[in-house]
Amino acid sequence: MVYEGHGAPEEGSEPTGTGRTGWPLWEVFIRQRRGLSHTHAGSIHAPDAETALQNARDVYTRRSEGVSLWVVPSVAIVASDPDAAEEFFDPAADKAYRHPTFYTIPEEVGHM
Amino acid sequence: MTGPERFQSILDEDGKIEPKDWMPDGYRKTLIRQIAQHAHSEVIGMQPEGNWIARAPSLHRKAILMAKVQDEAGHGLYLYSAAETLGVSRDELVDLLHRGKHKYSSIFNYPTLSWADIGAIGWLVDGAAITNQVMLTRCSYGPYSRAMVRICKEESFHQRQGYEILLTLVNGTAEQKAMAQDALDRWWWPALMMFGPHDADSTHSEQSTAWNIKRMSNDALRQQFVDMTVPQAQYLGLEIPDPDLSWNADTSHWDSGPIDWDEFWRVVKGDGPMNRERLEHKRKAWDDGAWVREAAEAYAAKHADQPRRVA
Amino acid sequence: MTVISRDTLFAYVLRHGDDCLILSQRLGDLISRAPELEEDIALANIALDILGIGRLLLQYAGELEAEERSEDDLAFGRTEREFTNLLLVETPNGDFAHTMVRQYLFDAYQDLLWNRLVDSSDETIAGIAGKARKESRYHLRHSRSWVVRLGDGTAESNRRMQQALESVWRFTGEMFIDDEIDRAAAEAGFGVLPSSLSDAWNHEVTTTIETATLSRPDDSSIRTGGRDGRHSESIGPLLAEMQHMYRSFPGASW
Repeated sequence: MVYEGHGAPEEGSEPTGTGRTGWPLWEVFIRQRRGLSHTHAGSIHAPDAETALQNARDVYTRRSEGVSLWVVPSVAIVASDPDAAEEFFDPAADKAYRHPTFYTIPEEVGHM
Repeated sequence: MTGPERFQSILDEDGKIEPKDWMPDGYRKTLIRQIAQHAHSEVIGMQPEGNWIARAPSLHRKAILMAKVQDEAGHGLYLYSAAETLGVSRDELVDLLHRGKHKYSSIFNYPTLSWADIGAIGWLVDGAAITNQVMLTRCSYGPYSRAMVRICKEESFHQRQGYEILLTLVNGTAEQKAMAQDALDRWWWPALMMFGPHDADSTHSEQSTAWNIKRMSNDALRQQFVDMTVPQAQYLGLEIPDPDLSWNADTSHWDSGPIDWDEFWRVVKGDGPMNRERLEHKRKAWDDGAWVREAAEAYAAKHADQPRRVA
Repeated sequence: MTVISRDTLFAYVLRHGDDCLILSQRLGDLISRAPELEEDIALANIALDILGIGRLLLQYAGELEAEERSEDDLAFGRTEREFTNLLLVETPNGDFAHTMVRQYLFDAYQDLLWNRLVDSSDETIAGIAGKARKESRYHLRHSRSWVVRLGDGTAESNRRMQQALESVWRFTGEMFIDDEIDRAAAEAGFGVLPSSLSDAWNHEVTTTIETATLSRPDDSSIRTGGRDGRHSESIGPLLAEMQHMYRSFPGASW
């Protein structure tokens, strides 16, 4: 396949994760059109907030993808731990009574 | 469920692995290597086409080509971002490329010698890339798969514009048609080589397949590409430079002749027509920009206390 | 419309189209040579915007002529002496400091120009200006922020920016000189006098140069001639490259 390595990895070809990091990473959120929430589009590198906003605009809205942008330093994102996914999210699974389809309303009553 | 158990159960259900999930070290390394190579390829791929921006034969074509080369930069950027979710920095990956430790697709080590090459790259090189990338939209690593979805969406214009360039040439003067044929002659075999060695010689395939990174074999993808491309060449009235190319009624596929694997390995190992030039161009741009990157950081540090704007 | 004012209109539209075309040609060469991938993409956006406006202007210029030349005929079929762009936009690419200084000084000018031309008595010009001014406002934001950032960055970036300013400053005076075409265009209501943009440009540029901790070069030397087709030597190779296909394959379509 095209981008798969050919042969064994050359010595020193594995990144160590300790090299220089350059400009900080920012997460980009786009409001596709008025009335919708901002959703995550991707990330960019930029030295500061002003440049981050411009880079996000230049990279992620070239095809009219949005009408508003947020950029957030990636280090500011706090994420839930996949190891805690069961305790975080599974308890919601058995509470079908939270959903409207759980209830039976006679047809004669009409739309509710 | 333990991390390894969850990893396997996600793969079994054909689900997506996300950045914070536990993953085997080999999975992480394979992905970093593959995504980085893919990203480097997009970025190096800006050069052969960039070579014709200044000489595009019409302003209309100039605008399209600029937008296309810009897209390649964007695709490289999306891919580096995907790699960065695996705990490496873009700078480190770029540095490995600059030091010759990382490879990129060998196709970009061939020169663009006429305007028809811009057509051939769009049609054949992007066509081959799309064949591969459509498969990769289904790969198990979420960020890579999402980058592929975005890239495939943007890339569909690339192949069409390439074919349109050639269509214009074959309907033009004899000189233009000859230019188109010459481009096909030079790009056909390198395009087939893009799919990599035959399955029997493909060292990483088995593990990548088990991890749902690779969903189709090299030869299957190559065959898909040949089957798709032959009728397109026929429509153009151009001849594919393969005397062994023939329709196989039993398999309902096009059979093609042997690939020159010596050439393939020569170019992979750095002895292609443009290997040195591509890296030198890339390194020079990076070195020339060092003072800009540093200055921007210095400015940001000086003004860090200023309030951020609310969007 | 009289024949004379139609010629004036043609010349007026053409010169602004030439500015865009030549600058986009220079910018196109920078794609894949920027300091970071994000900036490659930003420069390509600027080049595409400016090329787009250039094409609209050349197409319109072509419609105004009796010969009805196409945008490509005008771009690829004229000689150095027939190009009427400002000298500033043809200055050869240097380092990123040069790119951004040239861009900033020109963006500041074009932004003012389009903001005035939206009121042009000529509907087509007004329409093009309406599209262009949104773009130039963004270009100005981008190049201004780079001028400030690099001027006020490191000692080296400050030195390079000052050097770039000194190098291109002599080409800025030409932007504000009124010639016969400008005067006739302003009088007819479809154009503006370049001299009338000078104060606002000076205010913008002086403020930014100060913020960037740079010094404004003196105005003792002003190079002119672009509007009359008297260019620097550097436009020759630019045109030779840009026009190569058109001239090598006369009459072919692409």
